[in-house]
Amino acid sequence: MSILIETRNLKKYFNTPKGLLHAVDDVSLQIEHGKTLGIVGESGCGKSTFGRLLLHLLDSTGGQMLFEDKDITNVNKKQIKELRKDMQMIFQDPYASLNPRMTVSEIIMEPLQIYKVYKSRQEYENRVKELMQVVGLTDKVARSYPHELDGGRRQRIGVGRALALSPKFIVCDEPVSALDVSIQAQILNLMQDLQKEFGLTYIFVTHDLSVVKHISDDICVMYLGIVVEKCPTKELFKKQYHPYTKALLSAIPRPSLKRNDQRIVLKGELTSPINPGPACRFASRCAEAKEICRRESPAYGEVTPGHFTACHFAHNFK
Amino acid sequence: MEKTILEIKDLSIEYRTDEGRAKAANRVSLSINENETLGLVGETGAGKTTTALGIMCLLPDPPGKVTGGEIIFQGEDLLKKSDEQMRKIRGKQISMIFQDPMTSLNPVLTVGEQIAEVLYLHSEMSRDKVEEEAKKILELVGISRDRFHEFPHQFSGGMKQRVVIAIALVCNPALLIADEPTTALDVTIQFQVLQLINDLKQRLRTSMLLITHDLGVVAEVCDRVAIIYAGEIVEIGSIQEIFENTKHPYTVGLFNSIPDLDEERDRLEGIDGLMPDPTELPEGCKFAPRCKHCKPECETAQSIEPVDIAGDHKVRCLLYRASGEVTQ
Repeated sequence: MSILIETRNLKKYFNTPKGLLHAVDDVSLQIEHGKTLGIVGESGCGKSTFGRLLLHLLDSTGGQMLFEDKDITNVNKKQIKELRKDMQMIFQDPYASLNPRMTVSEIIMEPLQIYKVYKSRQEYENRVKELMQVVGLTDKVARSYPHELDGGRRQRIGVGRALALSPKFIVCDEPVSALDVSIQAQILNLMQDLQKEFGLTYIFVTHDLSVVKHISDDICVMYLGIVVEKCPTKELFKKQYHPYTKALLSAIPRPSLKRNDQRIVLKGELTSPINPGPACRFASRCAEAKEICRRESPAYGEVTPGHFTACHFAHNFK
Repeated sequence: MEKTILEIKDLSIEYRTDEGRAKAANRVSLSINENETLGLVGETGAGKTTTALGIMCLLPDPPGKVTGGEIIFQGEDLLKKSDEQMRKIRGKQISMIFQDPMTSLNPVLTVGEQIAEVLYLHSEMSRDKVEEEAKKILELVGISRDRFHEFPHQFSGGMKQRVVIAIALVCNPALLIADEPTTALDVTIQFQVLQLINDLKQRLRTSMLLITHDLGVVAEVCDRVAIIYAGEIVEIGSIQEIFENTKHPYTVGLFNSIPDLDEERDRLEGIDGLMPDPTELPEGCKFAPRCKHCKPECETAQSIEPVDIAGDHKVRCLLYRASGEVTQ
């Protein structure tokens, strides 16, 4: 399998009045063609920032990004426009990410018009019709405005818009978080179908581990800007090396009464990502933190083949 | 026999707007026993919050209007109380935790003042005594008493929700209504808050109505569950019954929509279609248009009465006859 997109030590720091905020720190990931990488973490862990960096919606502070083996770290506006034909995004809030003054067909048509894909009006309209069919919207709604539709159908518009230019890669930033579970299931199924049909590669950013488990091939867990653990999805639910991943898994409420896993209550809340010291970023909440954890941050490395983590004691947990 | 603390009988609420009458709650009946937590589960627009506001007599009127039913709390009908009488009950005997801790606190008052306010309103305690009580409840919800004089913005989301819980519990109410208390929080913080709620419930022996869309949260804290769809309770029963002997096709659909962490599934089953518009509810079963088992009589039945399955497990569906056997 070939690698579609790769980051090497990608960094994004924000200047704030209180100091440098490390939103994304040294993130190195690879995503293969046609696969889905799920990025999970709690608010403020840098997962959305990471997705935005890949699309150049934000400029990175350091590190490297490669798309189909081409370096896309430093590109000018013209090149970015060219790149975005291949890389699109589905946004979190289908209530806020659609222009309220445009009709459904105008919204889906806009990317096509920006790139002047077709010559005649008829061709544009045909393509929009086709896209609407693909994402499961009836012709009836073509002239409706977003406010007339419910969340599920709005998110279908968002998906249709992202697909318009036949991209290879889509960053999905919490695409189902704002939806009810029964609608969420419809959208997740749609996204899986589209992936099969068009060979899409996804980055799926979410805080919901059960959603990510369902849709991803690999999972990457982030905490305060760094990747704490990354491995194939099946493996993650069998064996976790990082204490944060363990705590996260144990904290998820599950709709089942036959739960017998050991529950871990994390102490405290996220520490500040502004000017983090040299310590492990999870040390203050970690039950297993030792002296070394407060002194130096652990390196990110492979514990077993394909399973990466950043913890001083990962090898002890084998 | 457990003592019933709250009993709602056939409560109907509608919102009268220019577009028509939105029937938000339709003959909702449920009861909560002493020391018990009932989970009210449903999707957006199902009428969960409307029911809760109805109990508190806090419906925005207009457009909200209670069109029928009774809310019996400790033997008295709340709908017959005057505003003055309700003010004495709210905060003291029934209190509420709102969904969003970021907006439910007053930003210009310290958290201490906001807790103390409830005590000033409902008790005759002296100033010093009030402050002491407020500090005690802060400690009870896991916040240091030194933070009494701090403002809400100095607290994180999880801590703010603890303050909201402290305000709700400071008068030791008999009934606590929690409207999506952890939805705005991250999972690890959510887990902390749920543990706290469980712990306090046992210590203070408070009954609770927990409103949520998350069946996982229900599994953590509830004793009984009511599933609400389009303003109707479609299924109600003990948590074991609802989770392991699920009957109503909508409840089944809800469970199937949630990706399972323990099982491998290629596809989510989900539920096709959308919740009906509350201004134009279907005539028969409200779930019929989305139901896989829908029969002609489901669409025409004038009123579908709840059927007893086992114990207090009731389901509102024509598929079942009494004692849970499936009708052919």
